Parts: sequence; structure tokens; C-alpha cells
Amino acid sequence: MIKAIIIDDEPLARSIVKEYLQFNTDIELVAECSDGFEGVKAIQQYQPDLVFLDIQMPKINGFEMLELVENTPSVIFTTAFDEFAIKAFETNAIDYLLKPFTKERFEKAIQKYQQQQPQKIAEVVDSAAQSPLQNNRVVVKDGSKIKIIPVNKIHYLEAADDYVKFITADGTFLKKRTMNFFEQSLSSYHFVRVHRSYIVNTQLITRIDAYEKDSHLLLLSTGAKIPVSKAGYAKLKEVLGI
Amino acid sequence: MANSILSDKKLRIFFLSWWLVCMILQFIILSQFNIDIKHAAIDSIVSIVLLAATCFFVSNNMRFYMPRREKYWYLLVISLTLSFFWMIAQQGVLWMIFKSSDVYPEIISDSWSVRFGAGFLLISFMTMFSLLWYSQQEQSEMENRKTETERLSKEAELLKLRQQLQPHFLFNSLNSISALTSSDPEKARNMIHQLSDFLRGTLKKDEHQMNTLEEELQHLQLYLEIEKVRFGYRLQTEINCSDDSLKYKLPALLLQPVVENAIKFGLYDTIGEVLIKLDASIQQNNLKVTVQNPFDPEISQSQKGTGFGLSSIQRRLFLLFARKDLLKIKKEDDHFITIILIPQTI
Repeated sequence: MIKAIIIDDEPLARSIVKEYLQFNTDIELVAECSDGFEGVKAIQQYQPDLVFLDIQMPKINGFEMLELVENTPSVIFTTAFDEFAIKAFETNAIDYLLKPFTKERFEKAIQKYQQQQPQKIAEVVDSAAQSPLQNNRVVVKDGSKIKIIPVNKIHYLEAADDYVKFITADGTFLKKRTMNFFEQSLSSYHFVRVHRSYIVNTQLITRIDAYEKDSHLLLLSTGAKIPVSKAGYAKLKEVLGI
Repeated sequence: MANSILSDKKLRIFFLSWWLVCMILQFIILSQFNIDIKHAAIDSIVSIVLLAATCFFVSNNMRFYMPRREKYWYLLVISLTLSFFWMIAQQGVLWMIFKSSDVYPEIISDSWSVRFGAGFLLISFMTMFSLLWYSQQEQSEMENRKTETERLSKEAELLKLRQQLQPHFLFNSLNSISALTSSDPEKARNMIHQLSDFLRGTLKKDEHQMNTLEEELQHLQLYLEIEKVRFGYRLQTEINCSDDSLKYKLPALLLQPVVENAIKFGLYDTIGEVLIKLDASIQQNNLKVTVQNPFDPEISQSQKGTGFGLSSIQRRLFLLFARKDLLKIKKEDDHFITIILIPQTI
């Protein structure tokens, strides 16, 4: 039996998926959620195999919600916004249903999912980084709470094993992603990777000092000191135009 | 304002060398007539500097006044007059300098016709050059303006199209109807009618048309009803209008994007029930409409394009009333308030 969850903020949009699933004996609907917060909780609680996910939802959108769950289930996006289609496939969605969709189209998506089994998606792939962040912000988990951090509140990022540590005006947060991912997705927001383990908000730089041979030290207006590698210094010079 | 001829560095150098060549030529000619070096040099310098000043004057003048084609004879008159004045000035200055010398002033006054002729040639050349220069400038300026207007009108057209179509709203509504057809066919039919009425109203309306608030609210009501079906209990609306305000006029479809914006940020920035309030009243014979929606200050500060819908309204109000102070926004705690004043002039 396939466990499935619907996440959509419009009740009628949920009901149509429910209706299409009604006579499908392979799929069991275990939960219905009306926003991303409920979605994160439900995914953790039920560990579903398949999620029908809307994109535009209150507070955090579908993509941001996916970033917050540990074991990403298979996803079929259901939305009226086709501008997101490319990104949806970058996050390895099974399929992408444009509202309103027919029952035939819906069943085709289910078939696609069943054929792809058991080769489940392990994680949201890094290729999604090619597109800039949604809405100039990063969504992080703070214990059981979800926090939305505007990009301009981030001071710098530090590599921490499998995680990336966000040092922000609101505190420090961890996110399970690679430095490469954020180097790319933040590159359009005044952020530069100055070191293998550091990405820094260039708007906060107050001083750049020579340190040892071939390396420099950055001083941020927050008082933080960040090492700069030789390659990082070259990038920084290019971005700051010095 | 057109650029002056001397605004270009290359042209400045060109004219400087040009006048230097004239000066040297005059010096050589005078020397050939057995005039001593000192006299020839002073004569050349004085004549050419005065001539250059005259030419600068005429060219600068044309920057502000360009005769039309049927008035080109004016250029001839100007050139002749200026050549005459230049000759008088030149003779006067040279006479002052050389009045103690016995022969030289005589040579100067005897050569007036040659001087006048040469001066006339150079001044008319400068006039012609200026004419060409400024006509060409005018032309390119006109072309720039034309492309700019074309770009603006294209943009306006696109915006209009986009606003009319509202694909997201349309597709999501159709999806809701699709869901209702099996669960509540009566409601589905009702929604189809509302949606058709709304779309017909949007297509029919001309942007330059002025409608009463009553008419506009009827149209808006259709939109709100559809949105309420989509979002269910989450979306609540409250409309308060004073009776007299209903007869006041406002541009067609002006409120639609404001309310759309309010719903968008109300619904997508917060969780739970959302109350959208619209109030209309009269303020010093202006129609004042306020639209209020809840929002989350923390998320919204990072939102791009928050103002998109509103900036196009600001632009429309400016085009209609030539005022930039008609649209105001206020943020009170977790409420976002849009205030629009509509003067009753038309």
C-alpha cells in the first residue's frame, strides 16, 4: 500500500485529488494539510511514500517545505503556475500536474510514480541551486519551529560537516545542504564564497586585512572575523570592484 | 536642449586647429604684401580671434533658435550683418593699436572689401555647419522620443493583457469548479456564472472609463465571491461605504488590483483566517477608499515585488490626474493599509 499526503491550501483543490484517489486501491490517503507547516509535521509523522504538493501556499511555499523535511518522499506537484515547472523537475518531482487536470492525466502521474519505484528520490538535488532563492529568503528549522530568514539578515555561512551553519541576526541555524548549493543560489544577493568553508554577506564587510602569506582576514560590522583564501580574495576583489 | 557644437572634445580640437590655420594663412598673405612681421602677426591674431568669437556667437545662437526652411534667408542676413560688425570691430581695434604708426592703418582701411569677403565666407560656413549640426541633433532626439513612446505603449498594452487574463486566478478558479461539479453541481454552476460575469466585465471595461463606486463594487463582489469559494473559511471580507460615496466616480478596474494584492499578501503571508476590509468615504469632495489586509512584517520585508501591483496603480493615477500623492500605504502592526484618493474632476 502506498501512503500518500495532500498538501494544498485550497480545500476544493484537495477534494479533487481526494476524489481521484477514491477508487484507487493501491493508494491510501493518510493526511491532508492546508499549509507547509502542517506538511512538514505530517511528513515526519506518517513518513508517506508520495506527496501531492501545491506550490503557492501561506508563509512557506512547496519548495521551501521540501527543503525542511529529512527524507523527502516522492512528489507530484499540483499547481496552476507553470512558471515553476522547470524548478519542480530539478527537485526531482515525479510529475507536475497543471490545474485543472483531468482524471486521466492524474492517473498517468500515478503510473509514472509506480514505474519509478522503488528508485525513490533520496534528496532534493543540488541542481535546484541554478535558480535563485524563492522570495529572497531562506527557510530553516529551529528545533520544532520553522523560521523564515530574509537574505539580508544573514551575516555569513560556515561549513559544518554535512550541514551548513547560518549565522544571522536572529541566531545560528543549521541546514542540511552543501556549500556549493548556497554559493550558487546566494550569488545574486551580494554573497561571496571567500573560503572553502565560508560564504559571506559582502554588504557587512568593514575591513579586509592582510593576514598570513596569501591569505586575508575579513572584519564584518557584526564583529565577526572570517578567513579569506587566495582564490576567495580574487573573487572578492572582482565583486567589490577593487 | 541640444548639445552645443563645442560639447564634443574632438570638435573643440578641430575648431581650434581650424582657426590656427586661418591665422597662419592670413599672416602669410599679409607677409606676401611686404607688411612687416610684427604688424602682420598682430593683425592676424586680432582678426581671427574676433572672427572666432563671432562664429561662436552665431553658432551658440542657433542652438536656441533654428529657422525653419522657409526662413533660411534669415541666415544670410545674419551672416552679412555679423561680417559687417566683425569688420568694423576689427578695424577699430587695429586702428587703436596702430594709430601711432604712419602707413599701416591706411592699408587696413583700404583692404576692407577683402576682409569683409573672407569674414563673410567663414561666418556663413559656420552658420551652415551649425544648421546641419543642430538639425541632426533634433532629428536624433525626435527618434529617441519616438522609440521611448513606442516602448511605453507596448508595456502598457502588455500590462493590460496580463491584468485582464490573470491566468493564476483563472486556472485556480476552474480547478475549484472542476472539484465542485461532482460534490455540489449547483454551486459549480453558480461559480461558472460568477466567473463568466466577472471575465465579461473585465474585458468590456475600458481603462479610461469612469464608473461609479457602486458599479465598481458590484464587479469586485463577483471577484470576492469566487475567491471565497476557492479559499473557503479562510477568506472573510467586509465592505463599508457611506451612502453618498456610492455615487462618486473612479477609474474602471482601479480597485481590482488593490484588492487582489491585499488578498494575495493576506492569504500567503499569514496562516488562519484573513479579513480584508474595504472602506469608502468622502473627504473634501474626493472619494477616499482604504483597503486593509493582515500581513506578516517579518516575511514581507524580504518579499520582492510587493509593490508591483501598487506601482502600476500609482502610475495610472498619475496619468489620469497628474498627481503623485493619491496613493498611500501604511503599515500598522500586522496590518497593511492602502489608501487611495480619487479627485472628482472629470
